[in-house]
Amino acid sequence: MSTATARQAKPATMAQALQRAMRDAMSEDPAVHVLGEDVGTLGGVFRVTDGLAEEFGEDRCTDTPLAEAGILGTAVGMAMYGLRPVVEMQFDAFAYPAFEQLISHVSRMRNRTRGAMPLPITVRVPYGGGIGGVEHHSDSSEAYYMATPGLHVVTPATVEDAYGLLRKAIASDDPVVFLEPKRLYWSKADWSPDAPAAVEPIGRAVVRRTGRSATLVTYGPSVPVCMEAAEAAEAEGWDLEVVDLRSLVPFDDETVCASVRRTGRAVVVHESTGFGGPGGEIAARVTERCFHHLEAPVLRVAGFDIPYPPPMLERHHLPGVDRVLDAVARLQWEVESR
Amino acid sequence: MTVQERPGAAYRPTPPPAWKPRTDPAPLLPDPEPYRVLGTGAASGADPELLLRLYAELVRGRRYNAQATALTKQGRLAVYPSSTGQEACQVAAALALEQRDWLFPSYRDTLAAVARGLDPVQALTLLRGDWHTGYDPHEHRIAPLSTPLATQLPHAVGLAHAARLEGDDVVALAMVGDGGTSEGDFHEALNFAAVWRAPVVFFVQNNGFAISVPLAKQTAAPSLAHKAVGYGMPGRLVDGNDAAAVHEVLGEAVARARRGGGPTLVEAITYRIDAHTNADDATRYRGDGEVEAWRAHDPIRLLETELTGRGLLDEDAVRAAAEGAEAMAARLRERMNADPVLHPMDLFEHVYAEQTGQLREQAAQLRAELEAEGAEDAHRAEGDAR
Ligand SMILES: Cc1ncc(C[n+]2csc(CCOP(=O)(O)OP(=O)(O)O)c2C)c(N)n1
Repeated sequence: MSTATARQAKPATMAQALQRAMRDAMSEDPAVHVLGEDVGTLGGVFRVTDGLAEEFGEDRCTDTPLAEAGILGTAVGMAMYGLRPVVEMQFDAFAYPAFEQLISHVSRMRNRTRGAMPLPITVRVPYGGGIGGVEHHSDSSEAYYMATPGLHVVTPATVEDAYGLLRKAIASDDPVVFLEPKRLYWSKADWSPDAPAAVEPIGRAVVRRTGRSATLVTYGPSVPVCMEAAEAAEAEGWDLEVVDLRSLVPFDDETVCASVRRTGRAVVVHESTGFGGPGGEIAARVTERCFHHLEAPVLRVAGFDIPYPPPMLERHHLPGVDRVLDAVARLQWEVESR
Repeated sequence: MTVQERPGAAYRPTPPPAWKPRTDPAPLLPDPEPYRVLGTGAASGADPELLLRLYAELVRGRRYNAQATALTKQGRLAVYPSSTGQEACQVAAALALEQRDWLFPSYRDTLAAVARGLDPVQALTLLRGDWHTGYDPHEHRIAPLSTPLATQLPHAVGLAHAARLEGDDVVALAMVGDGGTSEGDFHEALNFAAVWRAPVVFFVQNNGFAISVPLAKQTAAPSLAHKAVGYGMPGRLVDGNDAAAVHEVLGEAVARARRGGGPTLVEAITYRIDAHTNADDATRYRGDGEVEAWRAHDPIRLLETELTGRGLLDEDAVRAAAEGAEAMAARLRERMNADPVLHPMDLFEHVYAEQTGQLREQAAQLRAELEAEGAEDAHRAEGDAR
C-alpha cells in the first residue's frame, strides 16, 4: 500500500466495502442493477445496499416481491437482455427456493447455448453462523453451490477482499455465488475506498500468514479463527501458515498445494458440516497431489453434522481456536503412530 | 385483553383503516365462453391474407409433427413431444410477435420456434440429443426450449422488464402447459409481471393433460384464465384450435403490453391429439371417443372450411400447401439422416468464460483418451489392411 493510500485509509466495515463495490460498479456501468427483498428503501436487512436506491433510483435498485425463485428467474431474463443483475438473497436458508433457477438455468445457460448466452449474474448470499440468528438464519450452504458446475463460488474474509472480489464478481461474465460471511459484516479494517488496493482475481487463494510447520486451509468466516489459532500456536512451537481460499470454485490447487508441500501438514477449517462438506473435497485434492510430501493425514475441523443449532448452543458447534489447535496437535500423528 | 377491557356499547367496529380495493376485478375477468372467430360472424372481419398465411403454416406444422414423430421411430430423434392438434396455438404465437419481440417456449413448442423462422433442424437439436440448444437465442429472439416446467416464465418477465427499462418496445411471449400452471414459478412470474407492469403475454395451452393427469386433478380454478384476476391482470379464454381467434387474442395482448398496459394471461382451450411423447401410451388415461370428438374440431379443418366458404381456397391451393409441406418434410428427413458431427472436446468449451484449472486438467485427460482411442483405431485399421 502506498503512503498516500495509507494516509487516506480509515476504519471501514465489510458491509460498507460491499456497498461501495456495488455503488462503484453501478456508477461505472449502467447495466448493473441490484434487486432483492428490502434492498431499496431499507437498504437491505444488513444495510449492505444502503443508499443505492436513493442514488440510482428504484429502477436500478429494486425492492422485488417476496419470491426468491422470481428474483433470480427475472434476473436471468434481465441478463439475457444485456443487464448485469446483482441479486440479494436475504439469508442463506432463504435462497433455497431459488435453487431450481440457479441449478437448472443460471449455472448452465452458457453451456447449453454453446456460449451464445452467458449470464453475468451475481447472487449475494449472507451465510454462516455466529450472529445468534434463530433457525434458518445461519446455514453454511457453500457445498451445494460448489457441487453445481457453471457457478463460481466466492467468499471474502477481509474488508479489502469484500470490495475487490465483489467488483470482480459483478464484472464477471459468468454467474457468481458471492457468499458473505455475515458475522464479518461488522469487522473493520483500515481501508481506503478511494484508492482500493488491487485484488487478486477470482480463483486465486492467498497466504494470509506464512509458516513452516503446517498449513491451515480455510475461507470466509473461519479465516480470523485460523489467524488467531496461528498466533496462539506459536506458544506451542507451531509455526502455522494460513491459506485463505477466497474462491471455492475455481479452486486454487496451486497455492494450496505449494503451501502444503512446504509445510507437509494440513488442516482444513470451515463452519459447514464435515460430512459431505467442502473439507472432504479439499482434503482429497491435497492428498492426491501432495501425498509424498505429507507427514500426516489431512485433517478437517468443521461444524458438526447437525442442522444448524439454536443460538444459545452455536458456540459449541462452530469450530473455534481450541478445536483448530487440537487438530494441529493431532498432526503429530506420524510421530505417535510409529 | 382483560374482560373489563372488552369494547362496550359505545364501540362501533369500523373497517381496517388502510383497506380499499386496489383493482376493480370485473374488467380482468375472462369471458367464460372461449373466444372464437372461425364459423362465427367475427370471421367476416378477418384478413384473408393472414388466414392464408395461417393455413399454410398449419399444414406445414402438422407435417412437421408427423415427420418428427417418424424420426423418433427411426432412432434419429431421442424423443419428440408432438403438438398435433395444437398447431393453431403454435403458429399464432409465432405470428403474433414482431421481429424484435422474444418467444419463451417450453419443450413442446418446437413448432412455434419453427414458425418464427428457426431452422427446423436447429429446432430439433435438443430433442435429437446432439447438444442442448442448437441455436443462438439472440439471433432469433427465441429463448432455449425449457424442459423444467414454468421456469422460463420468470425469464420472460425479466427480459421484458429489462427491455422496458432500456426504453425498447419489446414484448415477451411465454408459453406454458396446463400442468405447468401449478408450478411455483408460474405464480412468481405472473406476480412479478403484474407488479412491474412488464410487457409480457403468458400463453397457456390447455391441452387437457399433463402427461396423464387431467386438468381436474391439476386445479380447482374456474379456468386457468381466471387465475389472472388474482394477480391484477386480465385473463382471456380462447378456442385454441381456431387459429384466427388465437392470433387475434394474442395480438391484442401483445399490443396492450407494447403500449405499456402490462401483462395478460391467455388460456387456449385445445387438445393434444398424439400421446405426450412418442414414449407415452395415451390409451391408459383417455378414451378414443374423447380423441375423436376433438378430431372433429381440428384446427386445419376449421380454417379450411372458412377459407373454402369464402372462396379463398380451392383444391389447387390445398394441394399446393400439402406439396409445400411434403417438400419441407423431405428436406428435414434428408438433413436429419446425416449423422451430426460432435466434438468431444466441446464438453469443456462453454462451462465458464475462461476454463478453470480443474477443467483444463480434465480436458487434458479426455484429449489423451481420444488420442489413445485414435491410435487404437489406426492400429486396428492397419491390422485389417494386412
Ligand atoms: C419441474 C418439472 N417437473 C416435472 C417435469 C416432467 N414433465 C415433463 S412434461 C410434464 C407434463 C407437463 O404438462 P403440461 O404443463 O400440461 O404441458 P404439456 O405436456 O401438456 O404440453 C411433466 C410432469 C418437468 N419437465 N419439469
